[in-house]
Amino acid sequence: MAVSRVVMPKLSEAMETGKLIKWLKGEGDRVNGGDILAEVETDKADVEMEAFGAGVLRKVLLQPGEQAPVGTLIAVIAEPDEDISAVLAAAPSTPATAAAVLPRSAPAVAPRPVAPAPRPVAPAPAPQPVAAVAAASRGRVKASPLAKKIAAQSGVDLRLIQGSGPGGRIVRRDVEAAATAAPAAAPARAATPGVGYEDRPLTPMRAIIARQMPLSKAPVPHFYVTSEIAMDRAWDLREALNALEGQPKISVNDLIVRACALALLEHPGVNASFRGESIRVHHRAHLGIAVALDEGLITPVLRDADGKSLAQIAVESRELAERARHRKLRATELSGATFSISNLGMLDVDEFSAIINPPEGAILAVGSVRRIPVVVGDGLGVGRRMRVTLSCDHRVMDGAMGARFLQSVKRLLEEPLRLLV
Amino acid sequence: MPDALKVDLAIVGTGPGGYVAAIRAAQLGLTVAAVEDDRPGGVCLNWGCIPTKALLRNAEVLSLVNHASDFGIHVSGVEADYAEAVRRSRRVADRMAKGVEFLFRKNRITLVPGRGTLTSRGTVEVAGQDGLQTIEARAVLLATGSEPKSLPGIAIDERRVISSNGAVRQERAPRSLVVIGAGAVGVEFADVYAAYGTRVTLLEVLPRVVPIEDEEVSALLARVFSSRGIEIKTGARVAGVRPGGAGVIVETDGGKLEAEQVLMAVGRAAKVRGLGLEALGVALDRGFVKVSPLMETSVTGLYAIGDMAGPPLLAHKAMAEGVVAAEAIAGRTPRPVDYTSVPSCTYCRPQIASLGLTEAKAREGKREVSVGKFPFTASGKAVALGETEGFVKVVADTATGEILGVHIVGPEATEIIHEFAVGRTLEGTLEEIVHTIHAHPTLSEAALEATLAALGQAIHI
Repeated sequence: MAVSRVVMPKLSEAMETGKLIKWLKGEGDRVNGGDILAEVETDKADVEMEAFGAGVLRKVLLQPGEQAPVGTLIAVIAEPDEDISAVLAAAPSTPATAAAVLPRSAPAVAPRPVAPAPRPVAPAPAPQPVAAVAAASRGRVKASPLAKKIAAQSGVDLRLIQGSGPGGRIVRRDVEAAATAAPAAAPARAATPGVGYEDRPLTPMRAIIARQMPLSKAPVPHFYVTSEIAMDRAWDLREALNALEGQPKISVNDLIVRACALALLEHPGVNASFRGESIRVHHRAHLGIAVALDEGLITPVLRDADGKSLAQIAVESRELAERARHRKLRATELSGATFSISNLGMLDVDEFSAIINPPEGAILAVGSVRRIPVVVGDGLGVGRRMRVTLSCDHRVMDGAMGARFLQSVKRLLEEPLRLLV
Repeated sequence: MPDALKVDLAIVGTGPGGYVAAIRAAQLGLTVAAVEDDRPGGVCLNWGCIPTKALLRNAEVLSLVNHASDFGIHVSGVEADYAEAVRRSRRVADRMAKGVEFLFRKNRITLVPGRGTLTSRGTVEVAGQDGLQTIEARAVLLATGSEPKSLPGIAIDERRVISSNGAVRQERAPRSLVVIGAGAVGVEFADVYAAYGTRVTLLEVLPRVVPIEDEEVSALLARVFSSRGIEIKTGARVAGVRPGGAGVIVETDGGKLEAEQVLMAVGRAAKVRGLGLEALGVALDRGFVKVSPLMETSVTGLYAIGDMAGPPLLAHKAMAEGVVAAEAIAGRTPRPVDYTSVPSCTYCRPQIASLGLTEAKAREGKREVSVGKFPFTASGKAVALGETEGFVKVVADTATGEILGVHIVGPEATEIIHEFAVGRTLEGTLEEIVHTIHAHPTLSEAALEATLAALGQAIHI
C-alpha cells in the first residue's frame, strides 16, 4: 500500500483555504476509501471530506479550528509499518507557514479530496517563491509574472484588480496602482467601548462575495431587461397542484425555475459563458438558485434543471436550500451553474437587478407577485403581476436576445400548462 | 500647379519611421501620400544602419581571413579593396531602398518626391523637381529624422571633416583618422577603418567609450579595441580642428593630433527646421518635437515620430512609433511605445546590445539589485566559433526578479538581446527566462547562464 497524503481539498471554484471543523477519525483509526474523514468549512459550506485509499490514519497535521490553504498536507494515511517520515518532513510545520511552502503541484481541481501519494514518495518540490505559488493556486487570474510577485509582496489581491494589459491581463502598473489606492485591508478590530461603530470580521462567505462581486460588476458589461408577467394562471395552477394529495408542494420559485430551464433550451445563447476568445454555449441548464442566509448568500446549483419535472425541481431545490442553510452542501452543488435565479419575492420587493455570477452569462432577478389593478377589456380588474429583470453579459448576448428569452419565460408562466408538458 | 492631392494621411519623410507608418496606415485602409526628398528608406536604409552593416561585414570577413591560420587555413596574397567594400554597401542599400519602393506600390502609397513643408494643419506643400504639389490630408505625420551634429566652430565639409554621411560614401579609407565621439557611430567606423588599415584615434569627452553602456561593457570594448591598435583617448575635450599636417590637426586639452581626416560622431540633431513648425506653433522640447504617448504633437492632427520626436535615436524605436501613430490616426487604440524596453545595438566587433538600466543606474535606486554575468569564454558555442570575447550581464531587482537591465558584449550580441526584450514586454522575471529551455549549443545559452547567475544558480561557471 502506498502512503496517502491527505490534502486540503478544493471544494469550490473560489476556495483558497479551508478550516477544519473536526476529525471524524482519530490517529490510529483504520480508514477505508469512502469513509468520512473530517468536516471542513469552506467559504460557502461545511463539507464532509471522504477518504481515498485505505490504511490507518497515522498522522493528523491540522487541528480543529485551524485553517490551511488548498493543497496543504493535513493528514497521512498509511499502513502501520510504513515509513511516513519523508512525507511528514516535506510537510509544513504549522498551518501558518503552509502558504509559503505549498507544493507547486497542489491539485487545482479536487473532487478527490484525498490524493494518493506519488510513488515513490518524493520529497516535496523545493519551496517556490510565495508569489508564484499563491498565484498558481488561485487559478484563472490573468496576470504577468512580475505583477504576481509585486502583488504577493504588497498584499494586493489580484482578483480585485482589473487588468489594463492586452486582453485584460493584469500588469505591473495595475498592481502598483491598486497597492497605492487601497492599502491592504487592516485586520478587523473588535468593537471598542466608546467608539460609535464596530468592525465585524468578514465571514468567509462575505469575504468571497466581497471579492467576487466586483469581479463581475466591473469587468462584465451588464445590461438589464425587465418584464412584467401575469401570474394569475400560474398562481391558480400552483394552487391546484398543491391541492393534490401526496405530491410535493410547488413554490412560485419552482415554476420560475422550470420556466427558465425550458426557456434556456429554447434560447441557448442566454445559457452561455464568455470565454475571452469564444462563447461557450451550454447544452444543459444547471440553475443556480440564490438562497439568502444570515451571513450572506449562497447559490446552490440545481443540475440538469431542463430535464426535471416540476415535482423534481420542487423536491430538489427545497433540499438544496435546506442543506445550504445548514452548510451541508457538496462541492458539486456549489459550482457549475450556467444561469442563476435570485428571488426576493418573499421580501416584498417590487423589482431589482442582480449581479451576474461569472462565468454565467445572465441572472434573473425576481420580484414579488403582487395583486395590482390591471386593465381587463375596457375596464379595470385585479391581477397578479410579477416583475422580473434579466441581467445579461453584453459580451455574450444582446438586448434582443435577452428580451426574447424573457418573452419565452413570460409565455411559459402565463400559459403555465406548458410547464407540465 | 496640379490639383491638390487629397489623402487621409500625409507623411513627411520615409525613413524607417515614416515608411512603416505609411504601410501600417495603408493596411488599416487609409489613403497615404509619402513625401521624400531623397530615396525612400531614409538615412537608415540609404546612409546609416544598412550600408554601415555591410561595411562592418566586410571588416569582419577581412578580419576572419587575416585570422584564418587560427583555423588551420593558410591564406596568402590577401587584398582588401575598400572601394569595393563601399560599392558593395551601396548595392545593399539600393536593394533595400528598392524594397521600400516595392512595398509602397504594393500598399498603394503615393510617393511624392520633393521637400515637404506644412502650410497649414492639414496641408503639406511639396517642392519637387516638377514644381509644387499640394497635399491635403486629414492627418499629417512628420518623420524627417535627424542629421549629424558637429562641435561649435567646426564645420563638417565631408572632405577633411566628415560625418557618417561622408564616411559611408567615400570610397577610400584614410591612412589616419581621428574619430570624435565614441558612441555607436564612432566605434563602428573606428572598427571598419581600423580593419582596412587606417590608423584610428578614438576621442571621447566622457571618461569611457560607449558611455551610455554599462561600465563593464565600455571597459571590455576599450581593451579589445586597444589590442587591435585603435588608440583611445577618453576624457578628451576637442578645442578645434584646423587644416594642417597630413590633412587636419585636432586640438584637444591633451595635445594636438594629426590625421588625414576627422570623423565627427558627436551625435545627431533632429531635423525640425524648414518644415513650417514655427508658424503652426508646434511645441519643441530640447530641440525635439514634443509628442504625446500616441505621437501627436501639440497641434491636433499633426503627429511626429522617430529621431525628430526625441531619443533614443534608433530606427526600431521610430518604426514602433510609426505603428503607434498610424494606428492612432486610423482610430485604433494602440499600445504606446515602452521606452524602457527599447534594445540598443552597436555593431562593432565585439557587438554590443543592451536594454534598460546599467548596473550603476540600477544601484542608484532604492531597491536591492542582483547581477549575473556569464563570459563567452565559458560558452561551448562561442569557443567553437573562436569568438570568446565578451559576456552577458543581467541586472535584476532582487525582490521580484524583474529584469532591470541587460548588457551584452560579444558575438551576435544584437541577436541575443531579444529574449530579454520579450521577457520585459511580457513582464517576465528571471525565473521565466530560467524556465525557458535554451538550445544547446548556442550563444543564447549565455543569456540563460547570466540569468541563472543573477539567481545565484549558474551551472557552467
